[in-house]
Amino acid sequence: MSEPLTQNALVCAQGLGFTTGGKTLVRDATLDLAPGSTTILIGPNGAGKSTLLKLMTGEVRASAGHVAIDGEALTAIPAWRLACQRAVMAQHARLVFPFSVYEVASLGVDGIGRAMPRTRRDALVGECLAAAGVLDLAARPYQTLSGGEQQRVQFARTLGQIEAGRSIAERQALFLDEPIASLDLCHQLALLDMARAIAARGVAVLIVLHDLNLAVTYADHLVVMDRGAIIAQGAPAQTLDDALLRQVFRVDLSLSRAPAPGLPFLLPQQHRANPAA
Amino acid sequence: MTVAASSVSRLPAGLAALVARRRQVAGLAVGVLALGCLVLTLVAIGQGAITIAPARVAEILWARLAGNAALFEGRDVLVVMNIRLPRVLLGLLVGAALAVSGALMQGLFRNPLADPGLVGVSAGAGLAAAATIVLGDRFVTGTQMKLPFAILPLGAFCGGLISTLALYLIATRRGRTSVATMLLAGVALGALAGAMTGLLAFISDDRQLRDLTFWSMGSLGGASWTKLAAIAPIVIPLLLAMPFLARGLNGLMLGEAEAYHLGIPVQRIKALAILLVALAVGASVAAAGLIGFVGIVVPHLIRLAVGPDHRLLLPLSALGGAMLLVGADIVARLIVAPAELPLGIVTAAIGAPFFLWLLLRRAGPLDV
Repeated sequence: MSEPLTQNALVCAQGLGFTTGGKTLVRDATLDLAPGSTTILIGPNGAGKSTLLKLMTGEVRASAGHVAIDGEALTAIPAWRLACQRAVMAQHARLVFPFSVYEVASLGVDGIGRAMPRTRRDALVGECLAAAGVLDLAARPYQTLSGGEQQRVQFARTLGQIEAGRSIAERQALFLDEPIASLDLCHQLALLDMARAIAARGVAVLIVLHDLNLAVTYADHLVVMDRGAIIAQGAPAQTLDDALLRQVFRVDLSLSRAPAPGLPFLLPQQHRANPAA
Repeated sequence: MTVAASSVSRLPAGLAALVARRRQVAGLAVGVLALGCLVLTLVAIGQGAITIAPARVAEILWARLAGNAALFEGRDVLVVMNIRLPRVLLGLLVGAALAVSGALMQGLFRNPLADPGLVGVSAGAGLAAAATIVLGDRFVTGTQMKLPFAILPLGAFCGGLISTLALYLIATRRGRTSVATMLLAGVALGALAGAMTGLLAFISDDRQLRDLTFWSMGSLGGASWTKLAAIAPIVIPLLLAMPFLARGLNGLMLGEAEAYHLGIPVQRIKALAILLVALAVGASVAAAGLIGFVGIVVPHLIRLAVGPDHRLLLPLSALGGAMLLVGADIVARLIVAPAELPLGIVTAAIGAPFFLWLLLRRAGPLDV
């Protein structure tokens, strides 16, 4: 069930709980994010994945337990320094005024990249837009983009924040809450590739995902949540099994093993073929 | 993974052009508005019962700045220095304060229809002013006429501050201010203050009613160096805080959580913006009465011209608001000379049609 504590874990959540309006959304969650590792959080709707992510980023204050980043309590770190240590891409970001794509992406760099020379900052925004595949949309008003394009712009902004923060904080974390929900397959893979590339540079990455096949493909460390609690975590191949699928996701499907690395995969076709099960 | 290679520092051509164009538009807008302010200031100082050519006005002001004693005498100098200049400076200051407050409130409430009235300043100030005008006489007999007008600005200022403070406390729970609650509570408090102001109007006599009506339409008529010295220290902090607030408001456009993730001290920005707006609008209302429309029309015009980036929007709104108010004051004094129209009538009469024309001119629907 629980992984041995990583020696140099960057973000440590210990016994996190969150109760609001008499409902417990997260209970006793203990989770470490290690530098250079991609942790993927899965679970059914309402399992508390987003809430756990919000607790770990400091957006919501935990009612129990505590979170530390680089050994320092989250609540003791001022917002500006935290912004250098971690970037967050939330699920929905809606805008009120007609900011251009370029301006939205700049937001990640404007604040914490103030120490950089202006030309370097502009170039960085350009690189991030290009990396997220939205460079040719730079002049467009953000509100006129499709949902998937908006999501890629938000990813570009998050990339910019990580890059800009790197000159100030060496050890960083990246949090992505369902970053591929509106993306087509090509961009889903591209974004997850990029998240792993960022992890490879020593960033601790946490991603909330719904697609189990992508989760096991991209995770170094898989975390399964159900009804507010972490019920399993570890290497993807060892964590996911048929019993867990039945118990957590309430589907009666059996996992198969892909040939080369032996990762589990799932075919929903079984469900159609055998609807009575 | 181009991002990984941080040595890359050349912009793609399209983006470089975009960045350059943004800077050109910004530079042009600052230039045009600053020049407009200067020209209107000279015209406004020169115009009135004694007409003074703008060149002569410039000469007098320059001599004054340079400390040239030879030019300190003469009728023109007295008119410019003692009557016209304080009036125009008050107009510039009040116009800038109202427009910047409007832009700040729209950004803070993430609502294009927000205006400074939303934080309850106008409602509270209006009620306090009505109470001073209508009830002042009843409690203080003997000094009729004099006293209400001496304490009117002070009463309006305190009324504005108290209602803002009440709204802020209503909307703040456990150290977090909900702008949505504040918006709704502001509507309710405004209605309540409006009802009480109406009640005061109902029990007022004819002279009080006339005073109240004129005050509620605004005027720069009572400008003096004393008044200016009283409101400048209250309004100027708002203008000085613009660069700090602008960055925060840009982040807030994505939402409060995202702004926090970007490292913006959200609660501090909210509290500071509300406090500075309450002070600046309270002082403006106290000095010049209720002048509507500047806070909503100016920021929208600027947004249509240069986009919604607050780092540009706030300073340009300051210039635009100053220009609109001084321009409106010229019209107010010219159109029915030697009498003058209430300023609020003119700002609405100039601003509203221009705004409508801009809306109609646009091809597509407006993305506010």
